[in-house]
Amino acid sequence: MKYLSEYRDPDLANQYLEEIKKTVTRPWSIMEVCGGQTHSLVKHGIVNVLPDEITMIHGPGCPVCVTPLELIDQAVYLAEKENVILCSYGDMLRVPGSHKSLLEAKAQGADIRILYSPLEAVNLAEQNPEREVVFFAVGFETTAPANGLSVVHAQRRGISNYSILTSHVLVPPAMEAVINDPESHIDAFLGAGHVCTIMGIEEYGPIVEKYNIPIVITGFEPVDMLHGILMAVRQLERGEAKLENQYSRVVRPEGNPAAINTIHEVFRVDDRAWRGIGVIPQSGYELQPAFQQFDAKSKFQIDIEAVDEPSECMAGQVLKGIIKPHECPEFGKRCTPRNPLGAPMVSSEGACAAYYNFSNVLDSLEKATS
Amino acid sequence: MSDSPIRMNLSCPMPKLDFDVITLGHGSGGQLTNQLLDKVIFEVLHNPLLDPRHDAATFSIDGPMAFSTDSFVISPVFFPGGNIGELAINGTVNDLAMGGAVPRYLSLAFIIEEGLRMEEFWEILQSIKKAADDAGVSIVTGDTKVVERGKGDKIFINTTGIGAVHASANIGTQRIAPGDRVLLSGPIATHGIAIMSQREGLQFGTTLESDTQPLHRATLGLLDEFGDEVKFLRDPTRGGVAASLNEAARDCRLGIDLTDRHIPMLEEVRGGCELLGLDPLYVANEGVFLAIVAPDRAEEMVTRLRQMPGFEQATLVGEVVEEHPGQVILHSGIGGKRVVHMMVGEQLPRIC
Repeated sequence: MKYLSEYRDPDLANQYLEEIKKTVTRPWSIMEVCGGQTHSLVKHGIVNVLPDEITMIHGPGCPVCVTPLELIDQAVYLAEKENVILCSYGDMLRVPGSHKSLLEAKAQGADIRILYSPLEAVNLAEQNPEREVVFFAVGFETTAPANGLSVVHAQRRGISNYSILTSHVLVPPAMEAVINDPESHIDAFLGAGHVCTIMGIEEYGPIVEKYNIPIVITGFEPVDMLHGILMAVRQLERGEAKLENQYSRVVRPEGNPAAINTIHEVFRVDDRAWRGIGVIPQSGYELQPAFQQFDAKSKFQIDIEAVDEPSECMAGQVLKGIIKPHECPEFGKRCTPRNPLGAPMVSSEGACAAYYNFSNVLDSLEKATS
Repeated sequence: MSDSPIRMNLSCPMPKLDFDVITLGHGSGGQLTNQLLDKVIFEVLHNPLLDPRHDAATFSIDGPMAFSTDSFVISPVFFPGGNIGELAINGTVNDLAMGGAVPRYLSLAFIIEEGLRMEEFWEILQSIKKAADDAGVSIVTGDTKVVERGKGDKIFINTTGIGAVHASANIGTQRIAPGDRVLLSGPIATHGIAIMSQREGLQFGTTLESDTQPLHRATLGLLDEFGDEVKFLRDPTRGGVAASLNEAARDCRLGIDLTDRHIPMLEEVRGGCELLGLDPLYVANEGVFLAIVAPDRAEEMVTRLRQMPGFEQATLVGEVVEEHPGQVILHSGIGGKRVVHMMVGEQLPRIC
């Protein structure tokens, strides 16, 4: 497949790997921001071929993982209302809420549909005028244009039985929160390629300057990842801090103007709670007042109590890169993809699930404890 | 999905009936049931063992038997490349084939949701007839029940089959030994992605068709020529290649090493998996089988298989090893490796 097989070419990957080995002289910690990158690192076994000097730290860029417990509970609450069809992206379904996941609610009779596009949910609302269709609008800047467009479509087509439960989060404020955390130590970032496809790269220049930290916007295939790591290591070894774009075949500096316009039309920036991390100022999207009628939170009286995270889940430290997933005492024991204690064990992009599913750490863990 | 296209088989027109949808009455055992059986089901499937219409079919088979059952619940019922009917025949035929048997006789039981259109049922029945003829099996007994609307998903089918075990077959995980090779008969994940591409909310542009096909001629061909050098056969349906190989590794208490770049896959399937965030190793297959075979003539087996229509992409994809017993390890193109676990729950398409 064009643009896929070329970026999985073993020879090219090995050339980058050799170049990384030649370039690196000191230990460096590099955070890949996006969960898709974490998935790729582990799926292709990149973490176990990199030289020892390089530590990859897995960032908070997994939308499933950072969606607060309270939002999951709200989604379950809405799904269980008699007249509601709740639509969601697939991997939100298994995330544990404080009582149950959406998947469990579905098994108990709630009408929950897995969709790939929010525009499908608008169609569903049109086809079911007697019911309320709610789309669980989760994600980073990547999914915001499509989620926003669904609201624009609903308004244009006069569909009043459609609304979205928003839990949109933004990458740049999360990166700053991670840098500012006294416990975390990160030398460079691999920026989230697909977020920048939408938003462009300009937001990242000020972070590079303010914190004197290299950021390399990076793609997701093994060759992309190794190339991005090499670019970051070269900067670090030279003592530089620049914003670079490894993923230039997809990411234009100005991003996607049409998508950005939709986002600005529909959403406003607001403070947002991140699961495991807490409230980060100005780090999420809420609907603009003009689209209030499509906000599920104001449309429905969602009457549920706020709850605390299970105390034994160390997702916050994992998401900030302070510990590796397998360093959590519950990893692979009480917390597995079948019975996740926290969200990073749920999504295939979550760092804990990626480690559990794809790497050999379980074996070494078992050997160490047996 | 209710509006999925139905490719009518015009070569065999539906008989004239005084009903056009199936109702609860068709499962009552009364006149409507008899009309459905006489004019439709027996008319299409008739054969000497079915024709007497006894409660039980009677026949004799000599020697060791293989016996298998499977239920088919699939949404959508009609999908690119087939429908639930041929799937129900091929599925049980293939289960018998994996036991090293020549499939002979099948039972066929329908659980129909009231409201199923007769033309849809007719299309399914025609596919059943064609698949049974293609596989050389007779449907010798059956059952039809109708449930209320909302209590089924258009139609569920169960088939149970009996076959005669091939004289040279000696299949069992206890015979798997280090050094044995893992053979895949064709490109993986085609069926699962073809189905997925039609599900509500997941439609994406593809001309991909399910690869459902009977596998017994290929497996029997291998047994004819290579006998007990074929040690393990499995059609990796639910849970995909990952589940079948994990079961083999667990049961033989040996490790299995897979080489990523050797695993055959259609480019459209690879793209579909990337798009939906699915791992093809966990996606369901219908028209491929896995074999674990003795190493000496493994290449020869691949050459032999590739001469058979439908198996042109047969490939050796891995090896049985003494290391990491019970585990399947995938070696990636770039030299990394990862454990291929059993799947947890079902694969869910990811956000972005």
